[in-house]
Amino acid sequence: MSLSAHPPKRAADGPLLRLVRSLGFRIAALHAVLLIASGAALGGFFWWNTAGYLNRQVDQSLRNDVALMTARFEDGGIDAIIRTIAQRLAEDSDEEEVFLLVGPDGRSLAGNLESWPAGMPLDAQWIESPIEHDGIKSTGRLYGMELAGGYRLIVGRDVANRLRLRELVADAVLYGSALAVLLAGLGGVLVQRVLQRRIDQVAVTAVAIGHGDLSRRVPLTGADDEFDQLARIFNGMLDRIGGLMDGVRQVSNAIAHDLRTPIARTRARLEESQREATDEAELRAAMERGIAELDGIIAVFQAILRIAEIEAGARRSAFAPFDLSALLADAAELYEAVAEEKGVRLEAEPTAGLAMVGDRDLVLQAVANLLDNAIKFTPPGGRVQLGASRGDEVVEIVVADTGPGIPETERPRVTERFYRAETSRGTPGSGLGLTLVEAVAHLHAGTLEFGGDPEGGPGLRAVLRLASGEVPRHGRAGEVQRRRAASVAQEARLERVPAAATMDGQTSG
Amino acid sequence: MRILLVEDDKDVSRFVAKGLKESGHVIDQADNGRDGLFLAASENYDLIVLDRMLPGGMDGLRLLETLRATGSKVPVLFLSALAQVDDRVKGLKAGGDDYLTKPFAFTELLARIEALGRRSRGEGPVTRLAIADLEMDLLARSVKRAGRTIDLQPREFRLLEFLLRNAGQVVTRTMLLEAVWDYHFDPQTNVIDVHVSRLRQKIDRGFAFPLIHTVRNAGYMLRADQ
Repeated sequence: MSLSAHPPKRAADGPLLRLVRSLGFRIAALHAVLLIASGAALGGFFWWNTAGYLNRQVDQSLRNDVALMTARFEDGGIDAIIRTIAQRLAEDSDEEEVFLLVGPDGRSLAGNLESWPAGMPLDAQWIESPIEHDGIKSTGRLYGMELAGGYRLIVGRDVANRLRLRELVADAVLYGSALAVLLAGLGGVLVQRVLQRRIDQVAVTAVAIGHGDLSRRVPLTGADDEFDQLARIFNGMLDRIGGLMDGVRQVSNAIAHDLRTPIARTRARLEESQREATDEAELRAAMERGIAELDGIIAVFQAILRIAEIEAGARRSAFAPFDLSALLADAAELYEAVAEEKGVRLEAEPTAGLAMVGDRDLVLQAVANLLDNAIKFTPPGGRVQLGASRGDEVVEIVVADTGPGIPETERPRVTERFYRAETSRGTPGSGLGLTLVEAVAHLHAGTLEFGGDPEGGPGLRAVLRLASGEVPRHGRAGEVQRRRAASVAQEARLERVPAAATMDGQTSG
Repeated sequence: MRILLVEDDKDVSRFVAKGLKESGHVIDQADNGRDGLFLAASENYDLIVLDRMLPGGMDGLRLLETLRATGSKVPVLFLSALAQVDDRVKGLKAGGDDYLTKPFAFTELLARIEALGRRSRGEGPVTRLAIADLEMDLLARSVKRAGRTIDLQPREFRLLEFLLRNAGQVVTRTMLLEAVWDYHFDPQTNVIDVHVSRLRQKIDRGFAFPLIHTVRNAGYMLRADQ
């Protein structure tokens, strides 16, 4: 495995290219483009509504003046215009209005404009031109027209103030945009940094895990944002992988320690009989014993593989709705005879209408293992009870017995592979029965718990809780929580069934 | 029965063929999928024992699917080291009639082969089963031995029915569990033995000779040996 501390980079990439390729940078760039576009739209709108509005207002009032002058001229001739201009100028306190009336000889007859601007057209055109009026040098927006009798008239406005305002608005839009670009750029770098930092945390964890440190988890910031959600899912996955790895390790340990013993014993017995058997009957008997022992070892192997298969969650394909009440009745019927033979009373509380979705054969296997265990450890004259009830989206199957029970301190360990309670040494069993029950519980998003008799009497109470509803879905937060809870429970796991993996029930060393 | 054995492991193949021959069957052997398919398609077998994983580009599943596509209804028993439930389901879906995982006991294989062979011979609808002085009426759901009516629980009735249908043949505990209780699971303890012994109490106790016999290291057999 070649895992570097950083994601693989192309060797030729400079830092700039790397920045451009980063998701953070691209998000920031997109962010900036959007910000600039919205700034430009805002500026344009602002411009049209301020500077543009002023221009349109000036043009409109000039148009009104032109119409007014034309009307006066038609009514009262040139004198009416002269009077009107004088009146208007007298009233104009802002000194913005500009007029000039010249006679056919070019002499100024009225108005405040010093002189006829050079190149002033007379064919109804607007121009903007430098002017001088009332002793002020300024800029005017002018409209020139020719009246009957060779008179010429200019109507205009001093727009210097408006031009200054327009410049101000233009500057505001320009500087505003520049600032927006700058902020967008800074924001982009910031976003890129934040993303990078959060991603680095996940990457560092993943790399550490790749190097074999399965205990590492992605730190949560507590902000409960998308990264925290991702980290939680990621951590949930790691918990699961960790659990599976533990399972594999347990299996290897189990094989190393618990299967070697019976294999070695079988081998020794076969060797001994090969050396010492004196006739065919003795040899035959030894071989038969050998085969029986090997069958026992094979059964243990199969149980280990089966548990591994169930724990890997590979068996959900067999999930289907089934009648749990009928299954429990079958289980009770199947084991009632066994209990009776041992002098134990099996009391099955009848249930009706309990249904669930799950793996029927495995649920029966789990119930069977619990019953088998309970009957095995309950002394003659005792009692084993099987009951079930429906809860909120769960079904609860209870197997209670009046056997010696398990000390509270040992209970968390009874579902461990090959765990043997002190009290159960010498009782036949593979030590895998309850491990399998718990694996079945987990497959059905459930739990297996052990408790004592609620009334304080002797005995053990096994509670198998299974989700009754749909096939559990992965990835949902609830499922992640459940799995986490399950894996915590799993850390302290055990098995009460005992003794070596032999058919004859002898304890191994 | 004429049986085709398709198995690439030489030791397993030899061991199975030898055992089946000793039990009075005629065996043809193939050690790869192509030869197996050729034989299965060209000869008339009563039963095929088929390994799942075979060399030569055609595994057991493909072989069986191809064979079934030609309309062949010959019973097929899968023999496989693939023990996962999915594998079993796949094997049965592909048209297999039974599935036995390696390692297996020869007695289990033989019992299943004979049960399959009998099933496929198909006696048609039966309303009455009998052996020696034991009679079972499947319509009235009553059992009599030597003229005396015996009361059986429904499950005991099914157990006896299965033994009667396979009279003279070994039936294993797993076969009983699958056929009578309809569960595929490992009961760990002697659950089946206890149920058989209860049935024995009712069928054999107080009569001239026993009908239900225990076959060591294998299972049970219903047989009338006076």
